[in-house]
Amino acid sequence: MIRPPTDTEGAPAAPETPVLHAEGLSKAYGPITVLSGVTLDIRAGEVHAIIGENGAGKSTLMKLLSGHAVPTDGTMAMAGAPVAFADAVQAEDAGIVLVHQEILLAPDLTVAQNLFLGRELSRFFAVDDKRMNRRTAEVLARVGCTARPTTRVGDMPLAQRQLVQIARALLDDRKVVILDEPTAMLANDEVDALLGIVRSLRDQGVAVLYISHRLDEVEALADRVTVLRDGRMIGTWPAPELDQRRMAELMVGRELSMLYPPKRGLATAEPILTVEDLSVDHGKISGSFTARPGEVLGIGGMIGAGRTELIEGLMGLRPAQARAITLNGTTIAKPDVETMMSAGLVYLTEDRKGKGLLLDEGIGPNLTLQALGLVNPGLRLDRRKETRTVKSTVEEYDIRIPALSITAGQLSGGNQQKLLLAKVMLADPSVVIIDEPTRGIDIGNKSQIYRFIDDLVRAGKACVVISSELPELVGLSDRVLVMRGGRFVAELTGEEINEQNVVYAAASSGDDTEGRKRA
Amino acid sequence: MSSAETAARPESEGFKIRWADMAPFIALAVIVLLGALINSNFMAANNLMNVITRSAFIAIIGVGATFVIATGGLDLSIGSMMAFVVGIMIMAMNALAPHLGVWALPVGALVALVVGSLCGLMNGLIVTVGRIEPFIVTLGTMGIFRALITYMTDGGSLSIDRSLRSAYRPLYFGDFLGVPYPVIITAVIALLGAFILYRMKYGRRVTAVGSNADVARFSGVHVGRVRTMAFVIQGFCVAVAAICYVPRLGAATPTTGQLWELQVITAVVIGGTLLRGGKAHIWGTVAGALILEVIANVMVLSDMVSEYLVAAVQGAIIIIAMLAHRFTSAR
Repeated sequence: MIRPPTDTEGAPAAPETPVLHAEGLSKAYGPITVLSGVTLDIRAGEVHAIIGENGAGKSTLMKLLSGHAVPTDGTMAMAGAPVAFADAVQAEDAGIVLVHQEILLAPDLTVAQNLFLGRELSRFFAVDDKRMNRRTAEVLARVGCTARPTTRVGDMPLAQRQLVQIARALLDDRKVVILDEPTAMLANDEVDALLGIVRSLRDQGVAVLYISHRLDEVEALADRVTVLRDGRMIGTWPAPELDQRRMAELMVGRELSMLYPPKRGLATAEPILTVEDLSVDHGKISGSFTARPGEVLGIGGMIGAGRTELIEGLMGLRPAQARAITLNGTTIAKPDVETMMSAGLVYLTEDRKGKGLLLDEGIGPNLTLQALGLVNPGLRLDRRKETRTVKSTVEEYDIRIPALSITAGQLSGGNQQKLLLAKVMLADPSVVIIDEPTRGIDIGNKSQIYRFIDDLVRAGKACVVISSELPELVGLSDRVLVMRGGRFVAELTGEEINEQNVVYAAASSGDDTEGRKRA
Repeated sequence: MSSAETAARPESEGFKIRWADMAPFIALAVIVLLGALINSNFMAANNLMNVITRSAFIAIIGVGATFVIATGGLDLSIGSMMAFVVGIMIMAMNALAPHLGVWALPVGALVALVVGSLCGLMNGLIVTVGRIEPFIVTLGTMGIFRALITYMTDGGSLSIDRSLRSAYRPLYFGDFLGVPYPVIITAVIALLGAFILYRMKYGRRVTAVGSNADVARFSGVHVGRVRTMAFVIQGFCVAVAAICYVPRLGAATPTTGQLWELQVITAVVIGGTLLRGGKAHIWGTVAGALILEVIANVMVLSDMVSEYLVAAVQGAIIIIAMLAHRFTSAR
């Protein structure tokens, strides 16, 4: 069913030795093998994409290659000479650097101070700021970052911080740069800028290993594509031989059925949630909207348009005022979390690791945290009932866990997202607001999440989806509101819902794409 | 990390011993064994009971501290608060003694419980409503309580009325079926603490708040209320310890409870509760309190090390415990 790799193995030896060659790389944590037998070539001046579902072993592979983890089996060679890294520092010294998906910068230091953190330049025993700032400016220019070396990182928008992170990786000459989902936090125009930077790195002869969930990026960028599935290597292909659909099929190992469930059409029922003149962060962000039972209301816009802030204000998670909020017939004067939740509104944060799940806790405590009162009506915990609830929910939402004792942090992104969805659904809401429902999760889990959303809407609940992924917003929503600069600027229904209209409304004036000040 | 899962079905949980959780008990057993080897008097029933009784104060306050620390807080004021509550209680009992006779004792104890809880409430409210680091807040109230007890005793000592002494004395020195009352009270407090922490919704929320306050907030947990309540529990426990403490010396002085906060925090931490919050081990705390007291006792009994160095050994213990924890939990 799947063609054998047309590249590398068996072919006559490549004219040049690859910068980095991995042979039979495997990693096991205790009895659980997460990666087995990966053989990989990375050549100078190529963008080599690694794709695979969450749990396929991409992160593990990255960690092995960059010295963040030690393989249980297999060998690596750089330019033909065998290497083994005990830690990330050794890998960096050898010229391999991993740029993490999360932004790991000290917000109170300047760009230059962050770049040189731990390797400050000095002159006569004093820190040589002048030289560091100059070097920083050079590297920033290389990655197309417009920030000044003396800017405080905490004052910069997220996209710029991501560039600073890449700049830090490039401070010393690198042979291999591994980018782990560098665009996960970026809005569309910022993504384009980043892709340009990756191309220019490649043209400078750097080998770029690129991990992304966005297959369109991979198609646009990669020279070669390696597919992983269930911890195994499926193969490496020259990028022109694969289109997005083929990549998705190789990742999941089966033909893709329709990703998005059929739409339900415009809902006509009376609104279940009416928000009038909600004003958040002292009026910087404001808006009115309604949600009806049986519809998916999409909220589109650039990152920084204020979508998350508006909803957090509605939930009472940040200071907000409203002329009127009506939810399920209850009128709420000033939103606060408890009132909103008991009135039937729940919110799935976009930040599932920081605000959604207790990463060190098991499945049970995570699942029942929000609905603790519903699962346990008394003061005491009803452990038997809790276990029952957990087991049935894990099954219902297809959360794949080897044992109930596993912690939430050990789950893959897709399973974490399903756990988060199950958690808020346990509170028996009538309106569900989901912020970036599928950020950083693979295609198989995506389609499952879409089906869950469809199910809950068909069951008569209302669902509000905030999404920066245009195909998702367009594919899911029965109605779309577009935000720009903290205000709703457009409402799209029916045939009007397409990517062009959303982009046009979200970005038609250029002054508000600067991103949010605080992450 | 993200891929440590397979399609395997969730299997039912077998009984698994978690070595990290057992560590404080194993350490306690080892130290007791060493004590027995070093000095034969150590294992005398008399001596052992004495050691356990003396560890009661740290254990009782430690149960409260486990709550505060599990929510990600810290209470440095407990030692001074103990002295303050002792002072208030003695004053209340002395004032009531002429009117109520022996009944001044339970009423005074009640006053102590209320005052202790209020002190905790004050700490909690300043931390949560005022949004100030618990470290700073309780550093401040530590000074305030200490100054108040010094003021109340006028720098000397504040003794309990002679008429009450004989009735009160058994609470520390008496026993029920051979078990000293302080030990029984410790067991009751620890059982209560364990019940609240492991069997009640509030306990689940304590762990959630300490584990990640943002997650708790986004899940509709009233974080401030949970944190404040932990301080109230701490204050209540301090009052219980105060009630047990008075019959032992019969007076409050400016040095009552001095540096207890360090012993309590040591007991909690070597008991396995994470200082950054999110993991709480009530029974570990009790074991921690016992470890500290047993070490002191063994050192006094043995001639090898001067007993003036007890605090140094206890200080070394907390560092060793943390290092051991680091190495056993490292992946």
